[in-house]
Parts: sequence; structure tokens; C-alpha cells
Amino acid sequence: MATLDLINVQKSFGPTKILHNISISMADGEFLVLVGPSGCGKSTLMNIIAGLEEPSAGELRLDGRDITPLPPADRNISMVFQSYALYPNMTVAKNIEFPLAMRKVEKSKRAERIKSVARLLQIEHLLDRKPRQLSGGQRQRVAIGRALAREPRLYLFDEPLSNLDAQLRLDMRTEIKKLHQRLGATIVYVTHDQIEAMTLATRIAVMKGGVLQQLGTPYEVYNRPANTFVAGFMGSPRMNLIKARLVRNGSELALDIQTGTRPPVRIELPDMPPAMNAHIGSEVIAGVRAEAVDLARPGRVAGPTERAFDARVEVIEPTGADTLVVLDLGGNEFTVRLGPDASLKPGQDARFFVDLAKLVCFDAKTEALIA
Amino acid sequence: MADHRSQGFGADRILLYAVLLCLALLFLLPVYVMVVNSVKPLDEIRGGNLMALPVVWTIEPWLTAWSTAQIGVQPTGLKPYFLNSFLLVVPAVAISTLIGALNGYILTQFRFRGANLLFAAMLFSVFIPFQIVLIPMAKTLGILGLAGTVKGLIFVNVVYGIGFTTLFFRNYYAAFPIELIRSARIDGADFFGVLFRILLPSSGPIIVVTVIWQFTNIWNEFLFGASFSDYSSFPITVALNNLVNSSTGVKEYNVHFAGAFIAAVPTLVVYLISGKYFVRGLMAGSVKG
Repeated sequence: MATLDLINVQKSFGPTKILHNISISMADGEFLVLVGPSGCGKSTLMNIIAGLEEPSAGELRLDGRDITPLPPADRNISMVFQSYALYPNMTVAKNIEFPLAMRKVEKSKRAERIKSVARLLQIEHLLDRKPRQLSGGQRQRVAIGRALAREPRLYLFDEPLSNLDAQLRLDMRTEIKKLHQRLGATIVYVTHDQIEAMTLATRIAVMKGGVLQQLGTPYEVYNRPANTFVAGFMGSPRMNLIKARLVRNGSELALDIQTGTRPPVRIELPDMPPAMNAHIGSEVIAGVRAEAVDLARPGRVAGPTERAFDARVEVIEPTGADTLVVLDLGGNEFTVRLGPDASLKPGQDARFFVDLAKLVCFDAKTEALIA
Repeated sequence: MADHRSQGFGADRILLYAVLLCLALLFLLPVYVMVVNSVKPLDEIRGGNLMALPVVWTIEPWLTAWSTAQIGVQPTGLKPYFLNSFLLVVPAVAISTLIGALNGYILTQFRFRGANLLFAAMLFSVFIPFQIVLIPMAKTLGILGLAGTVKGLIFVNVVYGIGFTTLFFRNYYAAFPIELIRSARIDGADFFGVLFRILLPSSGPIIVVTVIWQFTNIWNEFLFGASFSDYSSFPITVALNNLVNSSTGVKEYNVHFAGAFIAAVPTLVVYLISGKYFVRGLMAGSVKG
């Protein structure tokens, strides 16, 4: 397996910049997920890694070796495509054999590899079929098998689960993760689905408009998003973002949330990073995850970092495992995740506890995390 | 209301079939005339009407047309020229089809600067009348030393066919999934590896279309054959013309009919075998691109 370094990779078409100075270093065995809305440049970046597109500037290093000028065939990379890209005129076995045949691997060795890959992916009974005789999930397995057969240094997955139906998508997701754990392969994976990114990645690169917004572990990206875009993009439901004024309240900091002409609601903050002090008196954007809120049942006592607040219930969305409740918090929509047995009714006023241990604040102007 | 409509529909149907039947008869009539008169003795043709069935059946005219009829100055029949046409058509079709596939591949998968302009120029060649290129082509063949040979005719027909074959393959490959090509490139296929292992094996319908199109065009082509060949290299069309136009002796219409039919048989066979694919392939190529 291998390490991959992207160094100041840029791509532009004429005056339009598609990628701005992307630098990412991947350790051996890492599972990097490139995630972002469509048009963010993630597919372009993947094509550049594959060698299908040339970067306008910058360098790619695979195992420390500069591969920027190499054609795709010489990079020792395998790619799994969204449409599976199985060769329609070849059987499954021939498909898996193709990259080996192109590399002039010995015949007996090819047969051996086809066998072992087919066993690994449980497609042994499909080897003589043509791609059109396979279901979506089977095609996906074959596509992965073809990528595995070559034992490349690096695997690229371009939205491999997007064409599968929901149930199959979950199954294949688990399988891909298993495969990664078993092979210890270095993988770059592109998706627009943030849940896929969270579940699979060892590190996530969130992109938007050709700019790398944040590079971090799923935990970091979820809990300490670098800016309001990442905060809103990662996680479902999205992070609640509320404008508030940061004020000093005795020796502590506090947030004043004010909407319209109503008197502000003051929420005292627990210990915050020292960088916050620079923003006292100015407006910030407070970010709270839906699961940081709990219903203040009778007899429940607030923890050391919990604060109570009152709000009106607007909408209740039970999902089975838990219930999403949309609150009206001084004119702001605020989504909270409660237990499945929460007995609330729309229009009802209720008291909640919000745990501020994981509160994050963003600069209201730059929208960057204050840390 | 519903009854009225279905009644009207029935009458429409009858009318439609009547018209279609008339048209079919109209189209089949020349074939009938040819076949019927090619198996009659010459006397019956001269004495009777063209539509009548033969009184005495004979295959003599067919044998004469094939092997003993006077073509120009030689009593060779159409046989050697039939062979010439095959020697011309098979390589010309194969080469122009391959070049068309290559062009289509390059024009769709390598979007180089000016690709569309180049394609437009090649498309334009389809519309150039044959007569315009006669003299420059004669000059070119002279320089290449191919004048009056079957090879020369192959060259001319390949050059003239490339416009069509490129058009066919380019439109077909424009709808070809690009991910397959990309995948093959990552898997290690080189330029011709992609063409021969991925593109061509998936090009069945368009290959059939191109082959039928080129085969019938080149087989039936007359002007180039008449202009750029000599007695040893005449294609069947020119030989047929010489057979019919030989000025000496009586006009043997039954032999002419048989000869014309012999000349038409290969294209007829090609259509009967693969006409189904022809229509299907035309549709497939025209969906996108």
C-alpha cells in the first residue's frame, strides 16, 4: 500500500478556477473521503489523481514518487466508477482479468487472482455471465473485484454507491468498510452523501467551490466544523446555527439571542476557548447539534454544562429510532433530537436543556470557527 | 360513438392495406419482369409481351451472361468482372470501415482543438458530387501508379467512403459511455487497446450499418469504375454496361436481364441477411450525438 501527497494542486479552465491550491497528505492505509455538493470539484480532483485530467499546477506524489506527468495506466491505481464501467462485451471473469491482461501478467497467475477475488467478493457463481445479466449490486461487486485483482497501490472510488437502491447501498457501504479493514488499502473515495463520508472515512475532506473547507477525522468534522458551510453540510439534521451577541456576564461569557423587538434571551456559557474573548461585544453564530438538546422532564437536573430554555414545538418528525422536533426559538428554527417516546404536541410550549459542552461559535463575518 | 370509430378504423385499415399492396406490387414489378424474361428464349421476348410467363423455360441466358457473353471485345461473360468487384468491394469496405471507426474514436474521445471543424469538413466530403473529383483523382492515381488497377479503385472508394463511415462511427461513439474508456485507460489499455478491445467489440450494430452501406455503394458504383479501370479491372457495373451496350449482333435481352440480375444478387443477399440490423443500427446511432 501507499502514501499519497497532493501538493498545491490547481485546475482552471481559462479564467475559471475549478480547484484552488488543494494540499492533502494521506498516510498508508488511510480512507480519505472527498465530500461536497455537486460542482465542488471533488470529481475533478479524483480525475486528476487518476491521471484522466491534468492539473494546471501542483504535484502528485505516490509513495514519494512524482506521478504528475504519468498517464493513468502507469500510475498503478485502480478506479471504481459510479456506473461500474464494466466492459459489456466481456464476461465477469474477462472483466476482472482485463487489467491483468493489459499488464501482461502470466496466464496462470491471472486465473489464480480471478479466483481469489471472486471468492473474496462472493461472485464465483457469476464469473461466466455478461454484465447485463447482473443486478446493480452484483455489478458493483464485479467492479470492485476488477479494481482489487490488480493489487494496485491506490484505490479510487467515484460515487460507487449512488446508483444502488437504499437498502443495497447500506449493505455495500458496510462491505466496502470491511474490505478496507481487511486489506488495509489506501483509498480515495468521492461522494456527495455526508453520511457515507462519516461512516467510511478515516479522514474527510470537505470541499466547496473548488476550495478545501476542512480536512479532518469524521469526529473533528462533525464536532468542530471549520466554518458554517461544513457545519451545515455534515450531519443530518444539520447543525443549528443561531446568530447571537457575545457578552461578558460577570466573569463568564454569555450569548444574547434576540429576535425582532423581543427582549434578548441570555444563555451563560461554560468555559470557552480564549479566542472567544476577542469577539466580546460583537455578533457570532452559535452552532449546536440536534442531539445536544434534551427535554427537561420533571425531576431532571441540569448538568454542569447544561442550560435550560423554553421554546414552542412547531413540528414533530418521528424516525423510529428517535424523534426530531423543530422548535421556534425566538423566531429561529431549531431542530432537536429527542428519544422515540418524547410525548410532545405541535404548538405546545416546553422546557429543554441544551448541553453547551460541544457548542461551537463562528465569526459572523468570516463564518469561520472561533477556536 | 365507439362503434362508429371502430367501423371507420376498419375501413381505414382496408384502404391502407390496399395502398400498401399496390405499392409493393409496383416495386416488385421490375423484379418480376427481370426474372421472367431472363428465363425465356429471345424469340418469346421479341414476339410477345414482357409480362407473360415463358412458354419454354430456359436457363441458357443465365449461363451465357455468366460465362460466354461478349463483354467489350472478349467473350468472357460477367464472371471475371464479378470477381473483380469482390476483390474491390471486400478490401474497400473493410478499410473504410476500420478508418471510420478510428476517426470516430479519435473525434469523440480526444476532444482536441478543431475536432468539430475537422468533422464538419469530413461531413462535407459526403456531399461532393463524384464528377468534381474525377480529374484530380485521375491525376492522383497516376502519381501513385495505381491507374487502371483494382487497387486504384479500392483507393478511390476508400477515400470517398471515409466521410460516411466517419459520420456513422462518430455519432455512435458520441453516445458511448465515457467511463468505459476511462476505466480501460486506467486498467492499462493503450490507444489501440481501447479501440480493439473495448470500442469495436461493442460496435456490432454500427459495423453492420457501415458494411451494408459501403458494400451496396461500392458494389453499385459506376462512374469511378468506368473512369479509373481498364479491361482487366472493370467492376461488374461497367461490365454489365458493356454487355448491354455491345453494338455488334442482336440485342439479347434475356441475357441482359440475367446479367443485371447477377449483378444485383450480392447486394440483395446482404440486405436480406442483415436488413434487420441495418434499421436497428441506424436507430441506435441516431439517438444521440
